Amino acid sequence: MFVLRAEGVTKTLNEGGNSVTLVREIDLDIAPGEFVAITGPSGSGKSSLLYLLGLLDAPSAGRIWLDGVDTSPLDSGALAAVRLAKLGFVFQFHFLLPEFTAFENVMIPMRRLGALDGPTMRTRAGDLLAELDLTPEAGKRPGQLSGGQRQRVAIARALANDPRVILADEPTGNLDTTNARNVFEIFARLTGSGDRTVIVVTHDVDLAARAGRRVHVVDGRIAVA
Amino acid sequence: MRVLFDIALAHLANRKRQSVVSIGGVAMGVGFFIAMAAMMSGFQSYFIAKVIDVSPHVVMKDEFRRAPLQPINRTYPNAAVFLQGLRPLDELRGIREARATIEQIENMGGIAAAPTLRGPIILRYGSKDVSGTMVGIEPARERRVTNIESDMVTGKLEGLLSTANGIVLGAGLASKLGVGMNDTLSAISPAGIVLAMKVVGIFSTGVTTIDNFEAYSLLKKSQILQNRANVVNQLRMRLDDVKLARLTADALEARYGYRTESWEEANSNVLGIFVIQNAIMYSSVGAILVVAGFGIFNILSTVIYEKTRDIAILRSLGFSEGDVRRIFLTQGVIVGLLGTALGWVLGFALTELLASIKFNMEGFVKTEGFVLDRSFRHYWLVAIFALVISGLAAFLPARRAARLRPVDIIRGAA
Repeated sequence: MFVLRAEGVTKTLNEGGNSVTLVREIDLDIAPGEFVAITGPSGSGKSSLLYLLGLLDAPSAGRIWLDGVDTSPLDSGALAAVRLAKLGFVFQFHFLLPEFTAFENVMIPMRRLGALDGPTMRTRAGDLLAELDLTPEAGKRPGQLSGGQRQRVAIARALANDPRVILADEPTGNLDTTNARNVFEIFARLTGSGDRTVIVVTHDVDLAARAGRRVHVVDGRIAVA
Repeated sequence: MRVLFDIALAHLANRKRQSVVSIGGVAMGVGFFIAMAAMMSGFQSYFIAKVIDVSPHVVMKDEFRRAPLQPINRTYPNAAVFLQGLRPLDELRGIREARATIEQIENMGGIAAAPTLRGPIILRYGSKDVSGTMVGIEPARERRVTNIESDMVTGKLEGLLSTANGIVLGAGLASKLGVGMNDTLSAISPAGIVLAMKVVGIFSTGVTTIDNFEAYSLLKKSQILQNRANVVNQLRMRLDDVKLARLTADALEARYGYRTESWEEANSNVLGIFVIQNAIMYSSVGAILVVAGFGIFNILSTVIYEKTRDIAILRSLGFSEGDVRRIFLTQGVIVGLLGTALGWVLGFALTELLASIKFNMEGFVKTEGFVLDRSFRHYWLVAIFALVISGLAAFLPARRAARLRPVDIIRGAA
């Protein structure tokens, strides 16, 4: 049983006649409830691999299964629908919508999905913010929040539609040690229940060591699995 | 979807100044269109209504569209020799058997016809000579064909019957001559006949060419003056349904051969000017809206440039390309809608402002101030146009936003 499975995934970019291969024939199986850290030096292709696993980018070759479904034949609209319902992203920079409050930012994916009614969505958004100790910040806009708070709002937003997999790209890259540890603890807690999967790209070896599994990428290939 | 609308609105609200400017641009275009359309179309329909009201709908003239074939050409249709300097045969002008023709035309139904003899005259009063057109009429028939009777300022059309040599003058003609009721003036025809005539009425139709040049007398007097006994050179007709004027004119011309003009043909010069007027108005006001459209395009392009990150977030959250396109299209449409709404108010205010201006104008017709057509049709027309322009202006940036690849943006930002 795998929640996410990559088979021979390759990503090649063609820029001005030069083709650059970012990711080479990666095979990877990730089970539900796993906390996976993808590590590697800069330019190793670890972020590119994350975007491929997160269906943000299409592989040049190979296939990715999510929840047992082959995603390779899906078009951009269908992929967006899969991301909306089953995946949650957290990026290095907070990437919140600046016009909306923390609460509204968490609401947006739920409103787009439209699976819940208004009151249920609002309760859930409140619960998510409470879970991440953000209740006092609910009404504030991103500009009024600290870096750590923003990243926690982004995690709450990634969790909004109760996704199968959370994908985080250097989520602690802009945070101090305390906040970084805090974020990793949240991820560890999320995967603790056994159903939710977290995949984190990081170059911080100490933090990566806290993950349940480590995937080291060098030159677009998995070095130690 | 509500969430897309909220995001679109948030983007606009975040850039209040630019949004207000672009909404103002649309409002300006819409407002001016409404005011100008009210003015132009008001004037034009007023003129047309006047013309239809005052002049006959169809006029049959004692002319032919083509010069008549001369006897020599008729005798030798394919002659090898061309004769030049041929003197055309003198023909007695006038509509033949006018009485019988009128009877036939009126039997067709829906048409009232009246015989007239039109001819040039010079009116002399004191030391003033003014040239004009004498229209010889039969009052009983004429009043069925034109509304001259209701346009009388002083006197009555019957005055022509009760006075020996009565004449009814257009107001402009009367003031040029300086005559008033019961004054006697001399009418001189090209035939050299001079009649002393008494003014028994003055009319003012509002159509300048009629008021300034036409005088009416009895058909008999006109025939004497022009030395053309029993001649009728125009049949004036009024139709129950004015829309049939062109068809009727064509049918009558085909039947009798005489040049027969509908009111549209008789006023084709003015109607032609209207077409050009409208083209100028629509293109210049359209240009304002197109410029407003460029404003929207410009603003959205900047918004999208500044919002590339947000676009990437939305896409990563699971918003589709279509969602992103809709967010930015919605912004264009919101600007278009608010601009239109504001423009309607502006247009209404401008129209009322124009209505409050009073002045005396004498162009094709005489009016006191602008004649305005406040029809709601203009409001809808310009609203549709403004929305189409805003939609088009928003479409290109929106499409570009939708095509942005989230990974490229995230890579660039990270």
